[in-house]
Amino acid sequence: MAATSTPLDKSLPCLSAKGIGVVLLLTIAYGIVPLVGSSYLYEAILTPFLALSLAALGLNLLTGYAGQLSLGSSAFMAVGAYAAFNLSLRLPFLPLPATIVLAGLVAALAGLVAGLPALRLRGFYLAVSTLAVQFFVAWVLNRFSWLSNDSPSGIISAPPLVVAGLSFEDARGRYLFSLTVVTLLTVLAWRLVTSPTGRNFVAVRDNETAARVIGVKVARTKLLAFGLSSFIIGVAGVLWAFAYLRTVEPAGFNLDRSFQILFIVIIGGLGTLRGAFLGAGLIVVLPLLLSRFGAALLGDGFDSGTLEMCQRIVLGILIVAFLIREPAGLSALLDRAVRRLRPSA
Amino acid sequence: MNVAVRPHLVDRPRSVSLPASRQGLHPRIVEEDPPFLVVEGVSLGFGGTVALDAVDLSVGEGEIHAVIGPNGAGKSSLINAISGLYAPDSGAIRIGDDRFSRVPTRHLARLGVARTFQNLALFRGLTVLDTVTIGLVDSQSAGLGAQVLGLPHARREAREHRERADAVIAALDLADIRDRLVGTLPYGVQKRVELARALVAKPRLLLLDEPMAGMTATEKQRMSGDIRAARDSTGTTIVLIEHDVGVVMSLSDRVTVLDHGRRIASGTPAEVQADPAVIAAYLGLAFEAGA
Repeated sequence: MAATSTPLDKSLPCLSAKGIGVVLLLTIAYGIVPLVGSSYLYEAILTPFLALSLAALGLNLLTGYAGQLSLGSSAFMAVGAYAAFNLSLRLPFLPLPATIVLAGLVAALAGLVAGLPALRLRGFYLAVSTLAVQFFVAWVLNRFSWLSNDSPSGIISAPPLVVAGLSFEDARGRYLFSLTVVTLLTVLAWRLVTSPTGRNFVAVRDNETAARVIGVKVARTKLLAFGLSSFIIGVAGVLWAFAYLRTVEPAGFNLDRSFQILFIVIIGGLGTLRGAFLGAGLIVVLPLLLSRFGAALLGDGFDSGTLEMCQRIVLGILIVAFLIREPAGLSALLDRAVRRLRPSA
Repeated sequence: MNVAVRPHLVDRPRSVSLPASRQGLHPRIVEEDPPFLVVEGVSLGFGGTVALDAVDLSVGEGEIHAVIGPNGAGKSSLINAISGLYAPDSGAIRIGDDRFSRVPTRHLARLGVARTFQNLALFRGLTVLDTVTIGLVDSQSAGLGAQVLGLPHARREAREHRERADAVIAALDLADIRDRLVGTLPYGVQKRVELARALVAKPRLLLLDEPMAGMTATEKQRMSGDIRAARDSTGTTIVLIEHDVGVVMSLSDRVTVLDHGRRIASGTPAEVQADPAVIAAYLGLAFEAGA
């Protein structure tokens, strides 16, 4: 053990362009949005955006960084949400942050179990095995009504969002609460992907045999990716249930939601943290834009059924277009745009 | 099957002092070196095809040992058997003091074995620095929590590993592209990056599967120099597969020739070159093709 103290090294945040961007975004999110936002903005756009971003961030750790395909994301969201509901119901003395962390751990445990097939299966076959998790979790939540405190069709309602006497009950409070949780977990995820463990994730993704030969513990790395990813997705599920919808049923965490999260990751950019936010932004804003656009174009003929259909068509086209033209997603587009804006820098 | 890695092997320093015969410019008397790698009658088949047929190989410590032979002779199969990617049907492989019927691939780094691959096995999404640093993954001790929270011992370990990687990067002249993604580099450079990743942990045995395949003459020369320098500076034992007979003859201390999975000759480059069976099977063709 060296006795010398560690000098300031690169692991401390330095003022790069990226760092300035993040600080700027956080300043707007914390300082300006709460002053000017409407409750529509918080409830219909920002809070679901944050919860979906977090879920996509979690899936991106697993799929984008560690290369393990999963179609069970919304199952882990459900596990997180129902675990948090039961913890707050049955252990009411727990402070909310502890409830959320424990719920995340329950989801992580589910993720570890779901990740076991990854030790033998790859790619498409692994995706199918995670599909089983999706259906199994839905079955459990419907079968054991104790998990939803015997409410009809498994509906659960969120407990009050109170942390240390501070209430986050109104729309703005729930937005700020989500923002804080997402910020904290994003920082941890950023630390993770820039750590030696994050390097191991990429190594397992890019060449499993080579990773094993140089001594990366491949099985452990895969399970770790499943566990950490599911923890984050589980917390996203808590936000989805507690901060966004307030009342959820198991059917809300169906395969559609899993695909939605996967699409966010693909559109945003695999293997980038900001891709999760860019993709989620697009997915949340797209239907709103479409409905405005459609209403302006077709007037009353543009009902919710038409909207949903248009949404699916546009989303499908977008995914195909991204997969063909820009597999690295919106994140890569952003990079290119920034580079074009300052050609000499 | 012996898969246990003995503790003493783990703790042993990876770099060993050079035998006296290595230190001057005297001709190498390789027979004096104790064997570090011994392949004992290893056979390997895929379905009906025989890849290796009772192959013996003995490589002295600090020796550069070339394995040559025509396409399909079993050279890569031999390397894959030594690194445990293939399980031999019979025979045994001795590395240092440990003898295996199948070498445990996940313990290779701990056994002091590193390798490169014929068709490159790099991590496209990592930078050159990260790719080389990950070669030290086996000696990593800081846990996940310490890494994420940036605890002092994790930071110190990361810095030490980065410095060791930087030293190898500088030695292989990769410093200019240190922060480039490996996937964006030209082929010849990727080959050197892969060598750097193998060298960073100071392996006691280095397996190089066609390290110079597809390289230009200049690149080959440089790679030869790098391989020799690696041996001279750390005393690592090297087994390499190479097609370029000129490179093989100038670089290696000993040569083993495989043909159809069988060893048909083994000895110093001069001995092998003069062996009629070798000329018939391989060298003659190569020389004719080159002429």
